[in-house]
Amino acid sequence: MSFNPKLTQKLAWGFIWAAGIITVLVLLFIIGYVLTKGMPAISREFLFTEPQGGLSGEGGISSCIVSTLWLIATTMVILTPLGIGAAIYLAEYAPDNRFTHLIRYSVELLAGVPSIVFGLFGFAVFVLALHFSYSILAGALTLVCLLLPFLMRSTEEAMKAVPQSQREAALALGATKWQTITHVSLPSALPGIITGVILCIGGVVAESACLYVTMGGSSGMPTSFLSGGRTLAVHVFYLAMETNALDKALATGTVLIILILIINFITRRLSLRFQAKLRGET
Amino acid sequence: MKGKWSVLPVIGLFLAALVLGGCGQGLSGAITVGGSTTVQPLAAKWAEAFEANNPEVEITVQGGGSSAGVKGCAQGTFDIGAASRELKASETSDYPDLVVTHVAADGVAIVINPSNNIISDLTLEEIKGIFATGSNDTWTVINREEGSGTREVFEKKVMAGMEVASNSEFLPSNGAVKQKVAATANAIGYISLGYVDSSVKALNIDGVACNEANCVDGSYPVTRYLNFITKGEPEGLGKEFIDFCLSQEGQELAVEEGYISVK
Amino acid sequence: MSRYFIDRISRHIVSIFGIIAFLILVLIFIFILKESLPALQGIGIGDILFGSKWYPSHEAFGILTMLAGSVVATLLALVISVPLALGCAVFLAEVAPPRVRQITRPAVELLVGIPSVVYGLVGMIILCPLIARLSGTGSGSSVLAAAVVLAIMALPTISSISEDSLHAVPAQYREGALALGATRWQTIHHVLLPSARRGITAAIVLGTGRAIGETMAMVMVIGNSPIFPTNIFAPARTLTGNIAVEIASATGMHESVLFVTGLVLFILVMLINSIGLIAYRRQAS
Repeated sequence: MSFNPKLTQKLAWGFIWAAGIITVLVLLFIIGYVLTKGMPAISREFLFTEPQGGLSGEGGISSCIVSTLWLIATTMVILTPLGIGAAIYLAEYAPDNRFTHLIRYSVELLAGVPSIVFGLFGFAVFVLALHFSYSILAGALTLVCLLLPFLMRSTEEAMKAVPQSQREAALALGATKWQTITHVSLPSALPGIITGVILCIGGVVAESACLYVTMGGSSGMPTSFLSGGRTLAVHVFYLAMETNALDKALATGTVLIILILIINFITRRLSLRFQAKLRGET
Repeated sequence: MKGKWSVLPVIGLFLAALVLGGCGQGLSGAITVGGSTTVQPLAAKWAEAFEANNPEVEITVQGGGSSAGVKGCAQGTFDIGAASRELKASETSDYPDLVVTHVAADGVAIVINPSNNIISDLTLEEIKGIFATGSNDTWTVINREEGSGTREVFEKKVMAGMEVASNSEFLPSNGAVKQKVAATANAIGYISLGYVDSSVKALNIDGVACNEANCVDGSYPVTRYLNFITKGEPEGLGKEFIDFCLSQEGQELAVEEGYISVK
Repeated sequence: MSRYFIDRISRHIVSIFGIIAFLILVLIFIFILKESLPALQGIGIGDILFGSKWYPSHEAFGILTMLAGSVVATLLALVISVPLALGCAVFLAEVAPPRVRQITRPAVELLVGIPSVVYGLVGMIILCPLIARLSGTGSGSSVLAAAVVLAIMALPTISSISEDSLHAVPAQYREGALALGATRWQTIHHVLLPSARRGITAAIVLGTGRAIGETMAMVMVIGNSPIFPTNIFAPARTLTGNIAVEIASATGMHESVLFVTGLVLFILVMLINSIGLIAYRRQAS
């Protein structure tokens, strides 16, 4: 150490404070900017009328809200059983062999793949090959592929966190493996699993790239999961790129941020409960 | 167990109803029109008017670009593909059963930012030079993406085989180009005549303004037909819709939107 | 029905789910590979990967400019965000008064979940005009705008995971160093940061993967010009943007090259993860 420790301490402290404050300020500025500019444009009318489509940017976001809800429902109906079922298999049944390692490895591998690559796959398979056309169903199936690795991992981790001794106690009492899972492992892991599921819903809300290429972006009100549509996030993209209704884009962004806030709040609550439950405080 | 299985026929009936719902009597059902963003606003207007006449009908209009319209129609993603250009040789050989119907005509306007009040007239050669050079200190050149019909027509009639410079911005729709030109002081781009409004300034080419009259009499050089593409001759609801677009009411709507009638 | 029967059935059902999940994941990879084959055979991996001209209608399919665009924008973003994020993590974990932490920590975590289009939107409205004014020409769509948007997107991810790993360092380490007369910065520099290095590496790897995979925000601010990112005030194109903008209309060879673009992204992310894994292992030993 050739430098004076007191001086380096001062310099480093200066940098850390600056970094902390700059980061927090930048992030707060962005949120604050979107919220303050977007909030005034939100009204009952904005939430409950359809966008006019095309280039005017006139109208509201009702069909985008409905599309988003349809998409969440369709995605989660397929994703939840598949992801949780697969995770139960991995956590409770899978033998410790090459094949299991291969599954885990491919889950790890795909968890980091960019969403547009899934979009490419979804477009070629669901939109074209399976003739779902640009639709909520095609978007949802693409999202299932995108979110499956995440949900499998988070569910498996939650189940692994349940102490082995609890399972052994149930098995010793004569419970079958499945009874042990449904009565012991799953209930203990439930808040953790639900946290994962809700984070997936957050993922659906926030996703744009793979939906841009699979849902078609028509601004009309969807009538079934075979209609095309645009979610709120994709609507922000269209408004920003193609119209001069930047206030509406910011207002839609505000609605998105509020949704994420709610989702964040729920997961935070649940994960606190999960930790409490694991410590045996319920 | 038995109680559970008895739901199956109900679900079956429900699904059957969904499928059959599309083939009822008279005008009902749903079709999707997609492709060219040039045609998109016009198709949306036509769809709105057609739905108003036939409340049982639902027409979805989507963008994507002309090539996406041709590809989508050929592969069954769209019932009617929209293209702002003619079919390419490769497309007619890949998909021989595609049928093209001219539904309107359109000019491609060269647009600049309205704050640029020095220039209001360029020669075809000058425009070609600007787009072959790309962005520099004088111009910010805004192009369309690969697969755009507007770009195809522009390349054919203005660039005459020369390449547009990679050194320009590439945006995925007419709207995006218009928005960018409106927001950038030294921008130049090209958009469908139907998209031109006061937020951008359309240039004269060799002294000829881009307007309906000049496009119709052929003195404005960059024009094209807007096409609906169907797999085989149009039939059923698709035919009804195309007939409506070609009717007097449909063509009047096209002119109202800033496009040119084909009648 | 006997519980043993249910047990057997359930075991089969979840096993099938496990296998379906696995098959889906494998299928994605195989499918992308299969769709890439025509281009890999017809044009050749060399001409695609090292070709610098992208003009599909004139049979030019080089993606080198976009590969460079993605890598440069991501690296530039890391240069901006890693020091800030680490500084912020240390600040929140070690320096900030508890009051400040209580507010900022959840705020930073919340920002991880904000849709990327919102960052892109703010970039378009604020950043691009600013850059246009700075450079005196153009629309502001530029590598710099893209890098700043990516940096801001990566900040919360890198910062919150790094902070978690700083928190996980046992208190004795810190107390021991301080008791030996080290200043607080010496403690952080020589004890805490090295102990938390694995978590910090993981955070940076995750942030990098996200940045390179970001699509819509990039389409919004980078201008999508297939040219080399030699000037940070000029536009460029990313691999992701290339796919998003062109896939709907691409046919034949062009479509196949877009799948190769996806494959390249896939491999790029795998490469980043492996580098992270190696760094992680080396630090563990």
